[in-house]
Amino acid sequence: MMGANSTPKVELRGVKKRFGDKVVLDGLDLTLQPGHSLVVIGGSGTGKSVMIKCVLGILTPDEGEIFVDGQEVTRLRGRARDLVLKKFAMLFQGAALFDSLPVWENVAFGLIQGHGVPRSKARDIAIEKLAKVGLGTDVAMLSPAELSGGMQKRVGLARAIAADPEIIFFDEPTTGLDPIMADVINDLIISTVKDLGVTTLSITHDMVSARKISDQIAMLYKGKIVWDGPTPEIDHTENAFVDQFIHGRAEGPITMEIRA
Amino acid sequence: MNVLAAIGRMTLGFFQETGRLSLFTGSSVSSVARPPVYWWLIAQQMMRIGYYSLPVVGLTAFFTGGVLALQIYNGASRYGAESFVPVVVLVGITRELGPVIAGLMVAGRVAAAIAAEIGTMRVTEQIDALTTLSTSPIKYLVVPRLVAAVISMPILVAIADSIGVLGGYIASTQSLGFNGAVYMNNTMNGLTYDDVSSGLIKAAVFGFVIALMGCYNGFHSKGGAQGVGSATTNAVVSASILILAANYLLTNLLFTK
Repeated sequence: MMGANSTPKVELRGVKKRFGDKVVLDGLDLTLQPGHSLVVIGGSGTGKSVMIKCVLGILTPDEGEIFVDGQEVTRLRGRARDLVLKKFAMLFQGAALFDSLPVWENVAFGLIQGHGVPRSKARDIAIEKLAKVGLGTDVAMLSPAELSGGMQKRVGLARAIAADPEIIFFDEPTTGLDPIMADVINDLIISTVKDLGVTTLSITHDMVSARKISDQIAMLYKGKIVWDGPTPEIDHTENAFVDQFIHGRAEGPITMEIRA
Repeated sequence: MNVLAAIGRMTLGFFQETGRLSLFTGSSVSSVARPPVYWWLIAQQMMRIGYYSLPVVGLTAFFTGGVLALQIYNGASRYGAESFVPVVVLVGITRELGPVIAGLMVAGRVAAAIAAEIGTMRVTEQIDALTTLSTSPIKYLVVPRLVAAVISMPILVAIADSIGVLGGYIASTQSLGFNGAVYMNNTMNGLTYDDVSSGLIKAAVFGFVIALMGCYNGFHSKGGAQGVGSATTNAVVSASILILAANYLLTNLLFTK
């Protein structure tokens, strides 16, 4: 693998997580190198979101370890966890904007609450970040409910980059958007990420988006990584799982569990 | 065997829920004193929980006081004890009906609103978003509501007490032919510190129960609109039952010596 001698930004080793009888992550190994854009692909319900929530500490794995910049963070709580979380930002699938706050306060939220930036200064930064995702000052005062899905995603992106994070997670960044808006978001992700030089981990089942925003792809199936490699190689792999997934065929080694 | 399995599942479910609630309560209460304190959010919640509940609590207290006077008069007049009406209304309102009725009305209004709001935040991942923005959801969402409810409820009940007694006064002077001055005099003479303070202690506890049930059920709601709906129902039902149960325990604690 590229850059194997540097400390990985994020590393998951043998992570297992189950809910009741349902095993979601089954010994997951994943390495995210600094400055890289890794996309994890996989069908619905393969544990992509659970993986991200384990790294963020929203969920605690049953087994295995998670490292961030070489530091073990698997079971960190309280202040130690807060310090680790300051390195991260996330764009949620439904944008997850706070509907009780205007757009600019959503963008400035992490700055004001997490980093103690004064409100007036945070507001200027928010407006600057909104401009970066192509939204004008007029949008800043609106409530998130007044925005379209695509605009909410842009605000979500502005919020994610507001506090200059080192690692950004994208959860299905293009799901639910029309193809053109999806491409706009893809371009924004690429441009903002290049600007900041951050490491990104995205989860998606949109192959167009995955090819465009990644330099590495890993495929998750039944709680394990079944393939990983540089993005251009995905079209030349013999791996039957990947082949079935990227061509969207119903027949193959991946069987859809109709019953959850 | 199926019956046994069902009993086992229910028992496990009960303990699981109790444990989860205890942990939630523990982490919420221990977060109260830890910085940062969101003063603005506490003020905002006091407005929502306390101030906006005034009309509904005031109206119920007024009519309850009136009905209490009418019924006590009915009973007392059988023994020629009509002069006890003012003091019995006073004791009934301040010790029991003020806090309990205010508690139940606020449970219906506020526990439901809190559960729906926090539940929606849960299913739209806004709570996870708080975590990723280095903000504790417990401190940002739960603590302000708990603190606001514990402060607001005694104030609300103090007002409800006054309005309830006024309801009794109006019913007695308008329908029962009491002399207003005598009624007021009897009420003031009967007024003791313990009657009122015990009611206010109850009110604070009920406020805690209401906010806790709203937050807890909202926090653990899952699965879209239906999940939020059942979280809201559960919040109101559990808050109401806990209020009545806590009322019994508190009455036992405060009045039986």
